[in-house]
Amino acid sequence: MSENQNSAWSPSSREIQRRSSRRAISRKQASIAAASSIFVLGTLLVILVTSPGWQTVKTTFFDIEYGKEVFPTVVKGLWINLQLTFIGGAAIGIIALGLALLRTTKSPALTPFRFLATAYVDIFRGAPLILIILLVGFGVPALELKGISSNVIFLGTVAVVLTYSAYVAEVIRSGILSIHPSQRAAARSLGLTSGQTMRFVVLPQAIRRVVPPLLNDFVSLLKDTGLVSILGVTDAVRAAQINASRTFNYTPYVVAAILFLLITIPMTRYTDRAIRQRTSAQNSEGAI
Amino acid sequence: MANVLELSKIRKSFGAELVLNDLSLSVPEHTATVLIGASGSGKSTLLRCINLLESIDDGQIFLDGEEISDPLINVDEVRRKLGMVFQSFNLFPHKTVLENITLAPIKVQGKNKDEATTAALALLKRFDLADKADQYPDRLSGGQQQRVAIIRSLALNPRLLLLDEITSALDPVLVNEVLSIVRDLKSDGMTMVLATHEMGFATQVADEVCFLESGNILERGSAQDVLHAPKNPKTQEFLKRVHQAGRL
Repeated sequence: MSENQNSAWSPSSREIQRRSSRRAISRKQASIAAASSIFVLGTLLVILVTSPGWQTVKTTFFDIEYGKEVFPTVVKGLWINLQLTFIGGAAIGIIALGLALLRTTKSPALTPFRFLATAYVDIFRGAPLILIILLVGFGVPALELKGISSNVIFLGTVAVVLTYSAYVAEVIRSGILSIHPSQRAAARSLGLTSGQTMRFVVLPQAIRRVVPPLLNDFVSLLKDTGLVSILGVTDAVRAAQINASRTFNYTPYVVAAILFLLITIPMTRYTDRAIRQRTSAQNSEGAI
Repeated sequence: MANVLELSKIRKSFGAELVLNDLSLSVPEHTATVLIGASGSGKSTLLRCINLLESIDDGQIFLDGEEISDPLINVDEVRRKLGMVFQSFNLFPHKTVLENITLAPIKVQGKNKDEATTAALALLKRFDLADKADQYPDRLSGGQQQRVAIIRSLALNPRLLLLDEITSALDPVLVNEVLSIVRDLKSDGMTMVLATHEMGFATQVADEVCFLESGNILERGSAQDVLHAPKNPKTQEFLKRVHQAGRL
């Protein structure tokens, strides 16, 4: 309908004038932005290159030949980080959802579990991840329990899952609490039980709302899997460390950093876009 | 004629504020009871108490002779018999119109999906919304959303329909499409309790009009008596203000 109306429309001379003014303004803004960027970045580059130690830094951190040499081992290590991220991520999602549901339930039978869930979240959200990794990595094998693997990759994953479940549970819980009580009232007045109301009405809306912050946590998770290297897991960080201490050339660290960034930057961009879409969707929900 | 709903000396307070004060009311089958009164007079609270969304501090509520204000009663089963429509529609934004309507019949009444869908589509068709079945609520006008909300509660074949200022969030042009559904339901013999500020509409559908003030019914009677020849000075004052606002 509007297409038919549009095809007959051609801009007035005033509108054409306005458009050329707008173009002039944006050209001017673009040239200011370019000049400012060249000045700032150029200054930083000059400071870096003219610093007294630049030659040493260049050979020990940015040795391209050595970087190429260690690249395959670091990539192999990164594969461990990725596996850890995805397997851990799945476990985190399930545990966190359980914790969030326990913390929001009012069922009297679940009272002790609600208390335990709260204690769990307090502990693992409050303690530094690196300590949890050390405690699990060295403490659990010391228990000499039968059937519990002392594989460092497994224990490292467990430590990361324990900590991140607490973070993610809080994100999901905040999503559940953000759903307006009128939604619950509507569902309950239709005769849905409180469990059905949670499952079919509250949770689907809550999860949709917290997807952007969860993506953020997912990026952090990938980075933090690098911490399991302290247990001796040959991930990207550890692989870089081995090579760096062998030759006293730190280029492998730079290679590892670049590899992480190649994955995390697209992920954060995607997250930002998801947040923008979420915000505009929420704004259009005004009537509800 | 049997009373579908019977309220006896209902008392309810929120903290220090007494919202319902020894309020009694009988709603016979196939009748519409209209609650009028200023904002804060207790209309919405009364409806929410009937639906057990709020618990009462004293008094008794009977539905078809069964006391539903008993704490041992299964509230989900009681709510299945009561339909409730809210001022702010409260449709589920993540579900389509059809899914909004069929959710309770499927999950609560245990109907199979085809059966529930057929019934829902018939209701949508009856109220001229068949083309909206697969839309999400945010694509609908306020009037359409409220009509869907009414259909959603009708899908459970309620014994009693509670309507809480269902046109207050709508612009005047959309009010009539919602009210005409209620008129239809009234002529079908649906038993209803409704809170409204639309006095013209109240005159058309009400078998009994109750004027609420400070948590009690100050005046009750036919629409003719209460709305057009009120005896109580407070009712007169309220209706005068409504009249000045151009709602009569």
